[in-house]
Amino acid sequence: MAADHIVRSFDEDLTRLDNMIVEMGGLAEMQLSQAIEALVRRDVNLAESVAAGDARIDALEREVDIFTVDVLARRQPMAADLRLVISALKAANDLERIGDLSRNICKRTMALARTPPMGSAMNTVARMSRLVQEMIRNVLDAYIKRDVDMANDVWARDQEVDQLHTSLFRELLTYMMEDPRNITACTHLLFIAKNVERMGDHVTNIAEYIRMMVLGEMHDEMRPKDDQSSMTVISSDAVDARKSTESP
Amino acid sequence: MPEDTRKTMSDLDVLDGIPDPVILLNSKRRVVRINRAALNFFDMAFQGRDLAFLIRHPNVLSAVDATLSGGGAQREDISIAQDVTRQFTVHVSPMRIERHTDGLGAMVAMHDVTAARNAEEMRADFVANVSHELRSPLSSLVGFIETLRGVASDDPAAQKRFLTIMESEAQRMTRLIGDLLSLSRVEADEHIPPEDYVRLSDLLGSVVDSLSVRAAKHRMGIDLEIQPNLPAVIGEQDELVMVFQNLVTNAISYGREGTRISVTAKTVDRIPNLGDPGVAVCVADIGEGIAPDQIPRLTERFYRVDKGRSRSMGGTGLGLAIVKHIVSRHRGRLAIESKLGVGSRFTVYLPHDGTGARSKPANAP
Repeated sequence: MAADHIVRSFDEDLTRLDNMIVEMGGLAEMQLSQAIEALVRRDVNLAESVAAGDARIDALEREVDIFTVDVLARRQPMAADLRLVISALKAANDLERIGDLSRNICKRTMALARTPPMGSAMNTVARMSRLVQEMIRNVLDAYIKRDVDMANDVWARDQEVDQLHTSLFRELLTYMMEDPRNITACTHLLFIAKNVERMGDHVTNIAEYIRMMVLGEMHDEMRPKDDQSSMTVISSDAVDARKSTESP
Repeated sequence: MPEDTRKTMSDLDVLDGIPDPVILLNSKRRVVRINRAALNFFDMAFQGRDLAFLIRHPNVLSAVDATLSGGGAQREDISIAQDVTRQFTVHVSPMRIERHTDGLGAMVAMHDVTAARNAEEMRADFVANVSHELRSPLSSLVGFIETLRGVASDDPAAQKRFLTIMESEAQRMTRLIGDLLSLSRVEADEHIPPEDYVRLSDLLGSVVDSLSVRAAKHRMGIDLEIQPNLPAVIGEQDELVMVFQNLVTNAISYGREGTRISVTAKTVDRIPNLGDPGVAVCVADIGEGIAPDQIPRLTERFYRVDKGRSRSMGGTGLGLAIVKHIVSRHRGRLAIESKLGVGSRFTVYLPHDGTGARSKPANAP
């Protein structure tokens, strides 16, 4: 029947959209995971190849852009379907940004390989990234399952990422004040940490789209923002005090 | 029974007998069938959906695309993160799926190599950790030995003092090695969930009893409140004892003298970030609390908020890392809340056995 045929095609369109988001998500997950591996291992070759791999995510995002406009024009979806299409479009954008931030981390990794290693700070960065990796995984699972509770959980976890970022920011400032030779490495790590923190924010956006997609409403409260780095100041007294109490 | 159906049924039996997850795909990369191992692994509705919904790892998707377009068998080594991260070698083979005659399909088999990889990694990690953390107390011991041989060789009072310090350093190292070994053991099995059932009411009671003397030394008491008819949790007795011993010991060490520690256990409808119903055990203390930016790092190995204090209380810096890995093995969650100047709450969420059937002791009426 003609009407059935039209409906089935539309369903296929929506399924295809879901597939593309999931594929992009999988790519973004892998990019981040390998970028951090390259960072921790100071592996310049891996960093280069991961940076090059970002092109795949960009290409997929362009595909999603074109496809969603096409679906909107041809099908003129309403209500839940419309929300689905818009959410996919927005999620693709955030996933592409996450991919870009991974590529940025790779570039800085290549610079870091020529500076002295900063063990403890590196571990904290790796830790932050694992948190964000888990958030990306959970938000993608929530997207696939249309699970609002799971999306809400991810939304709330961004606070932890912000807290880690503040802690790391402080730590890096202290290292820089202790020894100017640390400045290059610490500055790159600062940017990397900021990138990871931004990724957390993008994941939270996707969580909000899931909520919008399923419930048709936005979050009531503002997302808890706990990033204090923009107000962080370390005095040189604090640095001197730290030096004298550090055990050998 | 028609020839085709009989053949298909015995194929499925064979698939279900294979311990590795196996997925059968048609030429459009849609899932036609999965075996029992895959059903347990993915825990998701799959029929007719694109493979990407089950496995979104780009390397696997590329390999499958390559096979489906005639590229022959493929192999990929990947890492999949679920509750814990597992390593797989994924084999993709071209296959003609009988009932669907629209071209060449594929079979995706995932071989779990986590245990082997973990063992290697842990060996390397253990050596690195041991050398790093033992360096300081060992050099301290060597220093004292040199002093006893030289400058203090005729000074019995100094010798007595030094020997006491040396003994305490040596004991610290012993405790450290003990904790490192515990951590190693837990990590080795972390990807294998426990299968026994544990009655928390008994377990918590005995942990609290065993630590009451220590608490009394700090003029502290422990209040234990357990919801009646608490369902049994899926877990391993010894590991859960370690978890709660650690948490209560921390409460005694970091809570204020003269205050009371509270240990409560109750059911919850939904474990945060997991979704399943479970049991929440909360250990709360009144004390100085923990700064918010330090909370996410507490379970980091050897992370101490206050190095000097932790060492003087005999801490190894590994307690919470051990707790974290045990809770992770139990597919539960650890939540840490704290307010500076007020106190801290450590909550362990564990999945329960569902029906509460095993919560009653064997000889109950």
